[in-house]
Amino acid sequence: MAVDGGYDWDGRWNHVRKFLERPGPFAHPDFEPCTESLQFLLEMCKILVIGAGGLGCELLKNLALSGFRLIHVVDMDTIDISNLNRQFLFRPKDVGRPKAEVAADFINNRIPGCKVVPHYKKIQDFDESFYRQFHIIVCGLDSIIARRWMNGMLISLLSYEDGVLDPSSIIPLIDGGTEGFKGNSRVILPGMTACIDCTLELYPPQINFPMCTIASMPRLPEHCIEYARILLWPKEKPFGETSLDGDNPEHIQWVFKKSIERAAEFHITGVTYRLTQGVVKRIIPAVASTNAVIAAACSLEVFKIASSAYIPLNNYLVFNDVDGLYTYTFEAERKENCSACSQVPQNLQFPPSAKLQEVLEYLMENASLQMKSPAITTTLEGKNKTLYLQVFNFTEHTHFFYLGLSDGQELAVADVTTPQTVLFKLNFTT
Amino acid sequence: MLFMVTYMPTLCCRLWGDHGQDTLENAHVCLINATATGTEILKNLVLPGNLNVFTAVPYVCIVSYSFFLTYNSIGKNRAQAATELLQELNSHVSGNFVEESPEKLLDNNPDFFHRFTIVIAVQLPESTSLRLGSVLWSASIPFLVCKTYGLIGYMRLVVQEHTVIESHPDSALEDLRLDKPFAEFKNHLQSFDLESMNKKDHSHTPWIIIIAKYLEKWLSEHNYKPPQNYKEKEAFRQLIRDGIRKNENGVPEDEENFEEAIKNVNTALNQTKIPSAVEELFNSEQCNNINSESSSFWVMLRAVKDFVHSEGNRDLPVRGTIPDMIADSQKFINLQNVYRTKAMQDAAAVSTHVQRLLQSLGKVCKNASFLRVVRCRSLAEEYGVDSVNKDEITSCMDNPDSEMVFYLILRGVERFYQQHSRYPGVYNYQVEDDISKLKLCVNSVMQEYNLNVNIKDDYVHEFCRFGASEPHTVAAFIGGSAAQEAIKIISHQFVPFNNTFIYNAMLQTSATLQL
Repeated sequence: MAVDGGYDWDGRWNHVRKFLERPGPFAHPDFEPCTESLQFLLEMCKILVIGAGGLGCELLKNLALSGFRLIHVVDMDTIDISNLNRQFLFRPKDVGRPKAEVAADFINNRIPGCKVVPHYKKIQDFDESFYRQFHIIVCGLDSIIARRWMNGMLISLLSYEDGVLDPSSIIPLIDGGTEGFKGNSRVILPGMTACIDCTLELYPPQINFPMCTIASMPRLPEHCIEYARILLWPKEKPFGETSLDGDNPEHIQWVFKKSIERAAEFHITGVTYRLTQGVVKRIIPAVASTNAVIAAACSLEVFKIASSAYIPLNNYLVFNDVDGLYTYTFEAERKENCSACSQVPQNLQFPPSAKLQEVLEYLMENASLQMKSPAITTTLEGKNKTLYLQVFNFTEHTHFFYLGLSDGQELAVADVTTPQTVLFKLNFTT
Repeated sequence: MLFMVTYMPTLCCRLWGDHGQDTLENAHVCLINATATGTEILKNLVLPGNLNVFTAVPYVCIVSYSFFLTYNSIGKNRAQAATELLQELNSHVSGNFVEESPEKLLDNNPDFFHRFTIVIAVQLPESTSLRLGSVLWSASIPFLVCKTYGLIGYMRLVVQEHTVIESHPDSALEDLRLDKPFAEFKNHLQSFDLESMNKKDHSHTPWIIIIAKYLEKWLSEHNYKPPQNYKEKEAFRQLIRDGIRKNENGVPEDEENFEEAIKNVNTALNQTKIPSAVEELFNSEQCNNINSESSSFWVMLRAVKDFVHSEGNRDLPVRGTIPDMIADSQKFINLQNVYRTKAMQDAAAVSTHVQRLLQSLGKVCKNASFLRVVRCRSLAEEYGVDSVNKDEITSCMDNPDSEMVFYLILRGVERFYQQHSRYPGVYNYQVEDDISKLKLCVNSVMQEYNLNVNIKDDYVHEFCRFGASEPHTVAAFIGGSAAQEAIKIISHQFVPFNNTFIYNAMLQTSATLQL
């Protein structure tokens, strides 16, 4: 029985059909077994995959083999030789080409009928009108900032009528992340369940090394490598004006040599070429199997939500196979005053004698905000005024008084972690 | 202006190290059944490393949920088709395929399996699993059985004795010996005089030294008894806090190294002792009866035990690493060297206990407290009426929604296959009727083992709904999990599961059972 223009041979979707056409005791209450569900999956359901790397390749394969055909994939990177050991849609001949395009080509060729549309772009290059067209969005990103941006975008698509959320404006977000042998997969229904920002504290802390350690008191081989990377490279400009490229072996070789010299000065051992590359590229090495497991869990959730064949994960899965295999599933809770999804105005408490500097530090260091380079504007005497932009960093030492800020002042803060500005209310403490 | 540099530590290849990579390169893996699950497992093995991969497959491929079988593969020998596409992933891998079914091989040439480092079987009927399991058990070859059945994933590891030299535990306690400082450390400690140091040195002295110094003070004032309870530890912390230099106005200076010391008091005061897992190994038969047949693992372990009873003074060889901490370079490096030198001395002492000098000795010392042995029960033991693990089954089933129920129904499904030569619910019209038939099969298995457990009808119904399907997403999950466990077995690093893993994709939960 041919379906959809003759792509399908007899029995091609038998496995999938069993879940779409048969009733069962664990199906979602809304589930109605019917033959049209397969049609929906094959012909109408639009999925967006963010990232075409380790997780992305697995996601595309899984979705395509589960019956999804209208898939878009966004990735801003090109293929590097170091990707080939786990991003299996890429071959040596593809090095240098955009990941999204190569991934789409491979899937479309290998799985007849599948129409993956690639976008060699950043997620920030698209606006609401692009994202609105998808039924479900699944992320395989390696950056917390990008996740938060995506999270913020979907929240901005929500519409409320008389304070009540319109369910048709919700686009489910399935988010997967891996780090060595650990990974997690979560289902986010923006406006209804915990969002990325609600659980920001769950993300592992990044280790910061103060500049003074690197500049004058190194102890570890990593300090020596950072010294070469941050201080020597800009000073000595070994390859002219080119910036350090972690994928260029000549660059790494240079950093490696300089790191060894630095290490020798302080009798530090352990600098290797591999470590140098790892530090420069900031990689926590990826393990193919962890990506496979997490992408599998995410893809299954996409299928469950698209088909209602089962109740979706509620809502967070943690996986770790360092010692045996361990999973932990729990319901992450929404934060009442989440800066991204709660719609509750954010309060800032500062004494009236404070400087703007303190507000900036709070925005960046507070565990629930973790902004990267906030820009602050406000309304004074009816006019919109910029209080702080990193580029013009002179106002941070100015006291509130001199900036004309009063108790209850509303500050609008923009940052790379969110597509929308966040509103804060400045409350003076006594 | 001070700016912070963000840095994420790399474990690049420190995850595996060169050592693990060598064994991976020499491994020869056998995969039986290139189904979706099978090809996913192979993909995850082939992609990262150099492996000799071998597949054995019985039948011709029909429907493909495998990424490595295409429309053009239909009608071909599945193993051949899959091998070709998999080989594409990594040009260094040599893939081979065999056209005989595993049953035929077991009939005619069971020795065929002896050449492999590990055998992985996917979607095998129970009788073949048991036969193959017995052959591999006698030959001491690790056997990994996998199954994707609807939204349930299953893995069973069968290995007689698997040694793990580097178990890389996530949260390893440091080995600082502050409760039993060795002579070289005590000497080093004497070179520090906190009172008379200048400001810079004082605030850049490693916290290990700080705690050691203040511990000396405490011991002399408390009858040589270290802080025992919370109250005393608090007092000890206060003692350290009082040591923070104050400026001319009596305000304490910002001495981060002292803050680190205070934070680390609890763990620093931990008793140095041999982990019980290692003690068990020391007491085992293989350790006490070293002979010409003993593996190098047991020889090394015995050497470590002998060290413990002589030079080691009842303790394991010093590990030799210290965590990073606030300090100036020289003080840190000097302290690190004190520990490193001691570790090397201990390693040298261990080597004199060893009959043959083994290259990986250094590695063993560094990881002495991380030695593990994993022993799995054989399939024969799991299935035997007299040896079945009833306790595990009944205690898990105290909760009727425990993942154990899926294991039990899978057993019932195999019984169904034996009786009806097909799996339940494959065709729509069969689903309804097969529910009661499957229930009978499950009950008959329970009766055979004299198990009195409650199996909810809903689960039996769901298994009929599954219709023996192998959805790709579940196959991919098991594919990733199984490949990782296989790598652990081959490389002897990281601890594998023991011995049954059940994945419930409906709720995204899992459990490890010992059957």
